Amino acid sequence: MPEVVVPIGPHHPALKEPVNFRVIADGEKIVRLELDLSYNHRGIEKAAEQRNFIRVLPLLERVCGICSHSHATAFAKGVEEIMGLEIPPRARYIRTIIAELERMHSHLLWLGVAAHEIGFNTLFMWSWRDREAVQDTLEEMSGNRVHYGMNEIGGVRRDLTPAQIKTALARLPDLEDRIQKYVGMVNSEETMLIRFRGVGKMSREEALKYGAVGPTARASGVDYDVRRDDPYLAYDEIPWKVITDNHGDVYGRTRVRVGELWESTQIVRFCLENIPAGPVRVEAPKNAPEGEILSRYEAPRGELAHYIRTNGTDKVERIDIRSPTLANWTSVAMCLTGQNLADIPVIVAAIDPCLSCTCRMVVVHRRGGRAVPGTAAGESGHDPKSRQDGWRP
Amino acid sequence: MSDPVFIFLYIFVFPGFLFLFAYAFFLAYLDRKIAARMQQRIGPPIFQPLADFIKMLGKEVIDPDGVDRRLFDAIPVIALAAVMTAFLYVPVSGASPFAFSGDLVLVLYLMAFPTLALFLLGWLSRNIFSAIGGIRAVTQLFIYEVPFFLAILTPAIMAGSWSISDIVLWQQHNPWLVFLQPIGFVVALIGLQAKLERTPFDIPEAETEIVAGPWTELTGRRLALMHLATELSLVTGSALIAALFLGGPMLPWVLPAPWMNAAAGFALFLAKTLAILLVLSSITVATGRLRIDQLNDIGWKYIASAALVQAGIVLVINYLWVVP
Repeated sequence: MPEVVVPIGPHHPALKEPVNFRVIADGEKIVRLELDLSYNHRGIEKAAEQRNFIRVLPLLERVCGICSHSHATAFAKGVEEIMGLEIPPRARYIRTIIAELERMHSHLLWLGVAAHEIGFNTLFMWSWRDREAVQDTLEEMSGNRVHYGMNEIGGVRRDLTPAQIKTALARLPDLEDRIQKYVGMVNSEETMLIRFRGVGKMSREEALKYGAVGPTARASGVDYDVRRDDPYLAYDEIPWKVITDNHGDVYGRTRVRVGELWESTQIVRFCLENIPAGPVRVEAPKNAPEGEILSRYEAPRGELAHYIRTNGTDKVERIDIRSPTLANWTSVAMCLTGQNLADIPVIVAAIDPCLSCTCRMVVVHRRGGRAVPGTAAGESGHDPKSRQDGWRP
Repeated sequence: MSDPVFIFLYIFVFPGFLFLFAYAFFLAYLDRKIAARMQQRIGPPIFQPLADFIKMLGKEVIDPDGVDRRLFDAIPVIALAAVMTAFLYVPVSGASPFAFSGDLVLVLYLMAFPTLALFLLGWLSRNIFSAIGGIRAVTQLFIYEVPFFLAILTPAIMAGSWSISDIVLWQQHNPWLVFLQPIGFVVALIGLQAKLERTPFDIPEAETEIVAGPWTELTGRRLALMHLATELSLVTGSALIAALFLGGPMLPWVLPAPWMNAAAGFALFLAKTLAILLVLSSITVATGRLRIDQLNDIGWKYIASAALVQAGIVLVINYLWVVP
């Protein structure tokens, strides 16, 4: 059969956000992949430079709907470090609780999406139902389901009441039961094993070479987690372990994520039970001194980096957001070559792509006026020849 | 039996087309409802499939560029007609008046039509998703059709007749074939699931990969009729398996009045087809989609071998006359 081009995206039922793959397939086998990102440029970085720190936080929460707390915390943490602020222990614990609840709802969502990609809608419905329990907890604590608005420079905006802690703890046992069930399902459910095992394989060396992060890298045996290796918030005071796996395929990535789900429930439980008393915020100065910092944060999808440069005013001079999805894209393009056409959705979903987070800039060529997608790290956008057809392995 | 009024009523009212449509919509509803409840959802109201059908009939029909419009219109109608015809030979409340020796082969032939129609639609659509879906549909057809035919034809060998109604009559005096041919029954159920392109065999219309496969370019009444053909296939297929393996609409003894026989037969028909639907729905809910290469492996290695083994066993039993 001759090679055919299967366009996936920018609008496609498998994609919740716009991205464009031109998959060149020989029958059912993928020969090559051309990747087009950045349909969702929103100018957030530029907008962040126009606003003072107080107004930047809600803006950065809106980089991503799922890991909103990650972006806000990464930024707040960075600016606090530049200012030399030490936030109170109770604030650190509250930020950790929200962060881990966010990881839980993100991973439960991912589990459902991955199951949906292989047509296993039952798990999709189940895991999203259980995600509701996490969302309810988040709503009780912060007042919101998606953008929690908990952070401010110098601490958190809302304290947890004893009643909130009690209801959150009461919800945990059910959730732990369900998550144990998913751990069992991932390891024994034949319909998932048959579609996940050996699909999208990536060795440890390849994961390091292509700069994969988060669960994608940990599934290939890269033992790296910012929470442990560069501790922030309360992670160095909490007993927990980094989940890794040696399978390196979609199965491994699923195992890492359900393992992390379990770890998250334990972190939340520990934090809720051992939350220190005291104030939840300190007074932050209006202006930050001149400085620059790379604030790293382990978002549900992997390492998130905010590069922040301040110049002595109440605004950032430059902020650059490198979202984990961007770091994982190249590994996807690598994994897909030689795979089956039917495995595209699940391999793409396995990195838990968040495309709106990833889009940072678009370079429009003067010749022809074609928009060539670039990204935060898209320096290669300067070379029109290599970017013309997207990324090629 | 040959009274023209009776024949007319049989074809158009009961258990012909009117009943077939009503029952098809009811099964479609039940299928969705069962799946929904298993997935902890509410599910649709009872008239949803009918409402969907009527709504889609009224929608605009869009012709993709460069598509042969008449052929595109005709294919869903042909698929629908084939399945409707097939149903007339399947016993519902008693033996079918159209039964003849060999109607089993005709029914199998007619039931293969919707899949071929999908392949043609995919091929004609001039759309890459449809084309891939169409190729997948026909690839899958070659994989499941052989074991399905083997499993369906072994009851005929044992009963010594190629007529569905005769096989049903044979089971009136002998044990149900599901007990004599359990492997064949399982293979037939799997084959039916694959024929109806339900999970794990929804490879041709895998929505996350190829949008809707051959269905992608179907709109309006074409889509409505094609959906209806699939829903009717579900009825015909489960009625066929109920007749061949579960004794069909026949009681093992004869009731005093003919109408009581017919009513009891009809009740049995409903109970058996609903039981088969429950099994099919459970498979749908409990599985994800296979890949076409995996289906190829599983289909030829296990399902086809199982069907062959069943056929071999039946031949040996027949030879030894264990079952008179």
